[in-house]
Amino acid sequence: MALRELSSLERFLGLKKPNKYSTQGGKKVPVLQNNNGPALIGLVTIASHLVHEAKRAELLGDSAEQRAVVQQWIEHRITRLDNCSKEEVKVILKELNQYLEDKVYLAGNIFTLADILMYYGIHHIVVELAILEKERYLNVTRWFDHIQHYPGIRHHLPPVVVLRNRVYPNGHH
Amino acid sequence: MKLYISEGNPHCIKALAVLELTGVKCDIEVISHEEKVVPHLSRPVSPALLLPSGTHLFSPNSICQYLYDVSGQAATDATSQWLEWEATNLQPAVLQSLHMVALQGKRVEAAAVMKEPLNWLEQSLSKRSTAFLTAEVMSVADVVLWAALYPLLSDTSFEAGELVRCWFGRVDSLSACRAAAHRILQGNEALKTFLQKHTASLSPRRDAPANTDAEDECVMSVEEIEAAAQVWAEGLTARSAVIERKHPILPQEGKRNVLLTSALPYVNNVPHLGNIIGCVLSADVFARYGRLRGWNLLFVCGTDEYGTATENKAREEGLTPQEICDKYHTIHASIYQWFQIDFDFFGRTTTERQTEIAQDIFWRLHERGFLLEDTVEQLRCESCQRFLADRFVEGVCPHCHYPEARGDQCDKCGRLINAVELRNPQCKVCKETPVIRSSKHLFLDLPKLEGELEEWLDKSIGSGDWTANARHITRSWLRDGLKPRCITRDLRWGTPVPHQDFKDKVFYVWFDAPIGYLSITANYTDQWEKWWKNPQQVELYNFMAKDNVPFHSVVFPCSLLGAQDNYTLVNNLIATEYLNYEDTKFSKSRGVGVFGDMAKDTGIPSDVWRFYLLFLRPEAQDSAFSWADMAIKNNSELLNNLGNFINRAGMFVSKFFDGCVPEMLLNEDDKRLIAQVCWELKQYITLLDKARIRDALKCILNISRHGNQYMQANEPWKKIKGGDDDRQRAGTVTGVCVNVACLLSAVLEPYMPTVSHTIRAQLQAPPTCASAQLQGSGSFVCSLPAGHRIGTVSPLFQKLENEQIEALRKRFGGQQPEEECVGAKTQSSCSASVETKPGASQADLNTDPERVKHLTTLVAEQGDKVRALKAQKVEKSVIGEEVAKLIELKKQLCLAEGKSPAPAPPKGKKK
Repeated sequence: MALRELSSLERFLGLKKPNKYSTQGGKKVPVLQNNNGPALIGLVTIASHLVHEAKRAELLGDSAEQRAVVQQWIEHRITRLDNCSKEEVKVILKELNQYLEDKVYLAGNIFTLADILMYYGIHHIVVELAILEKERYLNVTRWFDHIQHYPGIRHHLPPVVVLRNRVYPNGHH
Repeated sequence: MKLYISEGNPHCIKALAVLELTGVKCDIEVISHEEKVVPHLSRPVSPALLLPSGTHLFSPNSICQYLYDVSGQAATDATSQWLEWEATNLQPAVLQSLHMVALQGKRVEAAAVMKEPLNWLEQSLSKRSTAFLTAEVMSVADVVLWAALYPLLSDTSFEAGELVRCWFGRVDSLSACRAAAHRILQGNEALKTFLQKHTASLSPRRDAPANTDAEDECVMSVEEIEAAAQVWAEGLTARSAVIERKHPILPQEGKRNVLLTSALPYVNNVPHLGNIIGCVLSADVFARYGRLRGWNLLFVCGTDEYGTATENKAREEGLTPQEICDKYHTIHASIYQWFQIDFDFFGRTTTERQTEIAQDIFWRLHERGFLLEDTVEQLRCESCQRFLADRFVEGVCPHCHYPEARGDQCDKCGRLINAVELRNPQCKVCKETPVIRSSKHLFLDLPKLEGELEEWLDKSIGSGDWTANARHITRSWLRDGLKPRCITRDLRWGTPVPHQDFKDKVFYVWFDAPIGYLSITANYTDQWEKWWKNPQQVELYNFMAKDNVPFHSVVFPCSLLGAQDNYTLVNNLIATEYLNYEDTKFSKSRGVGVFGDMAKDTGIPSDVWRFYLLFLRPEAQDSAFSWADMAIKNNSELLNNLGNFINRAGMFVSKFFDGCVPEMLLNEDDKRLIAQVCWELKQYITLLDKARIRDALKCILNISRHGNQYMQANEPWKKIKGGDDDRQRAGTVTGVCVNVACLLSAVLEPYMPTVSHTIRAQLQAPPTCASAQLQGSGSFVCSLPAGHRIGTVSPLFQKLENEQIEALRKRFGGQQPEEECVGAKTQSSCSASVETKPGASQADLNTDPERVKHLTTLVAEQGDKVRALKAQKVEKSVIGEEVAKLIELKKQLCLAEGKSPAPAPPKGKKK
């Protein structure tokens, strides 16, 4: 899972030669063997490293503030979203929906690594949502649709159909 | 900018410390645990940092990183890696561990939880020479990890490696850190409050450390690998001896003396699979394991024979109650014998000793004023001309309105009921409505014993192993408050009450039956009191299904406490949940389910039954027996994993090395495998010591899985055809594998005794190999040294074919097939319905991608082999054999992919 998203990320970043990854432990934490230094362990660490390697540091945020927000959402993805229970999914969607109410991207007005990794991590959940639920989490759906159409992101994942016009116009519950 | 913190929340320590260390200007506001500052989050969190832009940071690590970032120290790969590890690995372990220390006082368990992360930290520190984690100077990583560990490691007696301690001390000595820690954790109370709140709001995660410890793969250090290899090289030593069982077994000074009981099965019913896994089989695995571990262990059980149910059955069959008991006692005994339940003694409750001991306990309770007299209203069926025993009345539960509650207990809500409280009572035999009559009875004064009981329970639950359901059921009983309980009954078939005023009554079974444990032991040996009046030396384990818990944890202990005769009381209470049958209940009357006496008629070996029942053992929740699943588990786990590995290991020794174990020169790969196997073995022992029987079984399967992977990676069958080096390598790999097979025979013994002995006979393994490797915390040694000659190797398991399983499912399905046909019709025509269901459930249960991948490679390899042989124009019979193997592999692949295999190939070729 993590390995596929890393290779999708590599392609998005336009890295020429693909890296070889292995995994560690029962949770299959990705490991990147590095020629000029010790191995890097963990999705966040490796993803940030790749962004630097591709000289696309702006994807990690332009200011200290943005960098912190990006880091926070990526951490949120791996500590709360990954492997969370069914009940927890609802809470996460609700919170994210509220957060995105006045934002285009997770870090505000710029597209960052946080959007990419959150999109990869939340895809399997959004795929399962019924139309009514997609409308309930309208801001999440809008953001999701936006990211999946961002050039070069979707790669290994199937597209999710999002209806433009609401089926349940008054569905506020 | 404003930082919100709350007292007692350890996450706030790091934020506060970093703020001080970086000198960033920022307001601080202390909030309560309930206060919500981040608008979009539904739960209150702290710390939280309000940024100048109005955004909130709610992740403690991001806050720390941010503060470092604005003070000019940007994140590096190294720091971000530590922060990620802290958030994903360390933090969950710390929280779990803290919870154990601060709320439950379980220090040993708490240390065990932290072992893995602390080892990792220790190893990482040992690999570098700098004073701090990422450099000579402190970085955000050091503060974050220090703060995470502070609540645990500030207790200097908490177990941690030397390097971890040094590093921790260096960070801890900074005044900024100390001050932050003190400000947040003033006194223990604040932390406790936080932990209580936190865990209450924490929803379980699928990867919560508590649930996966059995499945977690370990990160092996070089030292661990070397240590395992050294132990291996020692081989079997002289000190390991096989202990002969000599009856009577009595407690011995200086030994671990374990007295083991399994709930007494009621005599008038043939036990079903659920009964068997719930008590006798689980207890048997534990008993066999204990004996291998060298404990001085006595395992007793017997049939519970008194009561109206027996009287009734006797009437039905036209026999006397005694004759009924004799008849069914024999049936029970032979069923358990078939299941290889190795009791030290299997007795019964209708004996002289039962009367003696029950009456003695009765008098002692009477003399000490723990019995009350009262008149009781009892249900009497006028048409049957007798008082109705509780089990012979059914009606609506007064508590939860379950319509089929019995007179003594409701199966739905589990509460005990007085038969007269039932709404709309009915005599179970004639369906008439019974009338209420009153008569005088004796009651055990439970409220008077409650204080003493609670004191004892605290001690027993605190020091022993009680399964979670046993603790909950007991606690809910005490919470509801105890009431006096009637111990006499107006019946004839029972232990007579010796008191003059109650001379035509007998003891109520719940009072009488548990005394059976004592009287059965007394029938085994005259010196039974050495077991039952010896709490100083003896450790008592009770195995049962959860419906029996209150009698063993509350009522019976009260009888024994009240008798004041230094009785041995239960130390470890191991209760299972229920086993269902194909998503319904076992029902004798409807003919649904497999009953003990039918299992052997299925033609499936006793060991396979044991394996599957133990694999399903309802340890934490109800589970369900399913034929399709049984076939899958047999074919995938026993045949393809375990059997395949052991058989191949033995075959290689026979075929390539003339039946003699070859010389082994271990390289890193071999040592790593040995260490992995050793780790699984230790897990197995840790789990079985706590009677987590099902979880420990997974360790066995993991061992052979590791073995298979190792064999597959090293390909001894190819290397044997190569040069000297390759042949040497083939020898080492084969030798290691056959030793793993020998270890498997040892760990399998409690679960599958016949298979275990067959393996050992095939390998001609020394008799001490099992007990030797299971001593202490477990040691995997080379028990079959180079030169050891093995015997004849043959396959251990047989495939369960779909048709066979289908036939069995129909045979034991009772009235079920009708319903299934209806369900299946919606999918396809009715004739196909038989195929549809097992196919579908296979897909659910067994589309293991790893296995599919593995099998796909095997199929490809075998295909190449066949083509090569054909090209070489090898003899037809040889090719035929290989083709058969290929077909078999393809079938397994289909099965693993959840498809039903293609129609069987033309028969006639040998397999």
